[in-house]
Amino acid sequence: MTSLLTADNLLLRAGHRTLCSGLSLKVEQGQCWGLLGKNGAGKTSLLHTLAGLRKPAEGTVLLGETPLAALRPAQIAEKIGLLLQESVDALPSTVLETALLGRHPHTKGRLFDDAEDLAIAYEALSKLGIESLAPRTVDSLSGGERQRLALAMLLAQRPRLLLLDEPSNHLDLGFQTPLINLLLSQANGSQRKTAPPSDNVSSGAAVIMATHDINLAARVCDNIVLMIGDGETLVGNALDVLTEDNLGKAYDCPIARVKHEGRTLFYPL
Amino acid sequence: MSQLQPFRLLLFALLAAFTSVLVSLLSGSVELSFDDLIAYAVGDIPALQRQVLEEIRIPRTLAAFVTGAALALAGVLMQVLLRNPLADPYILGLSGGAAVGALASIMLGLGGWWLSGTAFVGALVSVGVVFGIASRSGRWSTTHLLLTGVVVSAGWGALINLMLSTSASASVQGMLFWLMGDLSQSRVGLLQVGILITGAALALRAARSLNVLVRGDLVAASLGVHVNGLRLSLFFGASLLTVIAVTTAGSVGFVGLVVPHMLRLTGARDHRLLIPFSLIAGGTFLVVADTLARTLLAPQQLPVGVITALIGVPSFIVILRNAASK
Repeated sequence: MTSLLTADNLLLRAGHRTLCSGLSLKVEQGQCWGLLGKNGAGKTSLLHTLAGLRKPAEGTVLLGETPLAALRPAQIAEKIGLLLQESVDALPSTVLETALLGRHPHTKGRLFDDAEDLAIAYEALSKLGIESLAPRTVDSLSGGERQRLALAMLLAQRPRLLLLDEPSNHLDLGFQTPLINLLLSQANGSQRKTAPPSDNVSSGAAVIMATHDINLAARVCDNIVLMIGDGETLVGNALDVLTEDNLGKAYDCPIARVKHEGRTLFYPL
Repeated sequence: MSQLQPFRLLLFALLAAFTSVLVSLLSGSVELSFDDLIAYAVGDIPALQRQVLEEIRIPRTLAAFVTGAALALAGVLMQVLLRNPLADPYILGLSGGAAVGALASIMLGLGGWWLSGTAFVGALVSVGVVFGIASRSGRWSTTHLLLTGVVVSAGWGALINLMLSTSASASVQGMLFWLMGDLSQSRVGLLQVGILITGAALALRAARSLNVLVRGDLVAASLGVHVNGLRLSLFFGASLLTVIAVTTAGSVGFVGLVVPHMLRLTGARDHRLLIPFSLIAGGTFLVVADTLARTLLAPQQLPVGVITALIGVPSFIVILRNAASK
């Protein structure tokens, strides 16, 4: 079976700096990947490259078996959703209108939203607990409410691959793990109801999240890409990559790893 | 918003537009009555009234409506392009270029087609300069584009002041009228109407993408919008609409800034509604303003730009207050 997303031998540069080189990874359905590294290490750039918004200096990204470069933006958007770190509030629209924007890739030139779009948008809002905010304009929301709205827009898009840039930003501690589980559970809900049940390829989503929260990553991610700087990246199983040595090197600061009640926790020394 | 409400509002807007056009056709120094209009429609009208309608009232009202609609639509598009609520059709310096062209014609004592011709060339030069600077640096960021426009405007402003201060006082009044926006010599033809209708149709087709683009280039790109192509079309579309407006009526202020905002504040934030409503409201607004401009102090005619601001400012403040208190 083909992987959902394959990155092959990626080289990313920002100005004269090399963010990563020779980076390869295969993202399978149902997996959750974490991108870790210190500020400016290139987490966001890598995420944007995987979303097709940025061209790598070398290497290719395949969505299924097709290179991203060969797909139109609209085709990519049907499969890949991206949660951005910042939102633009100039000329604000309402919460419901914003959630409906997530349906854009699926409207195929249709000018108005149909009943299904509305149902999907409302469902997404209620999954994030902000259904009651639907008629409010976005400029009246708090930071956490905005983050939930951005996530609702992403859910309404129903992508197969969810790329998240700092998903836990502004979110309450208690909501962070349920949120990631919610996103991962999109795995089986991400196909349209009309799709035939035998179509196994279209079921199963995956999550790739850039985060500065090592503990969150260790808790929810199976695989980690640790960006160390100078183009060096470590890719692999979460607990294999997240060693004190590797983290110390990546963050330029000693980090302790302890086991507590069956969990692995990290804290800076 | 329920499904029916926009249609009811649209009906209301069309009714308001129709009324304003009727009033505009009937008011002026030559008395015309509703019966005359009906007589005109069935082709049975005295020669004088026919002449007034065909040669003065209808062309002028049409010019006012087309100019207002073009400015309001251009304002909507510029606000999306620059993602800035303060953007108006003139923000990229286009009216400055047109003004320098038009003022040069007035200085040289040329009128009629020369005036719109040189204004057209001036506006195109301005579009070219802004586009050249923005695309040369490869940066189409909203801030960069906005700064380029502001600086280009300031340059044109200096030239305008130079021309005003060195011109014979006899021609200065004509210049001021042009700068404030004036419809007394305005005529539009198939070309202008065609551009407006084409622009409106294309904008409406892209309305959904505009909703997405307002939320940011990255959001739009991640939702499958062809961002660079769309922004380029916005730039040229809004410019072309503004060019037909300024070559028709000079730089009429306020319509392009205030009409889209009034509609946004009353709930039409979605571009699928905002675009058709802006066309109707912009056209109606300028028809009403022009009717007042030529009747308030008749027989003296006021520049229509003065009236747009005089009506626009208080009504905008009222709507802003109502929206804030909601």
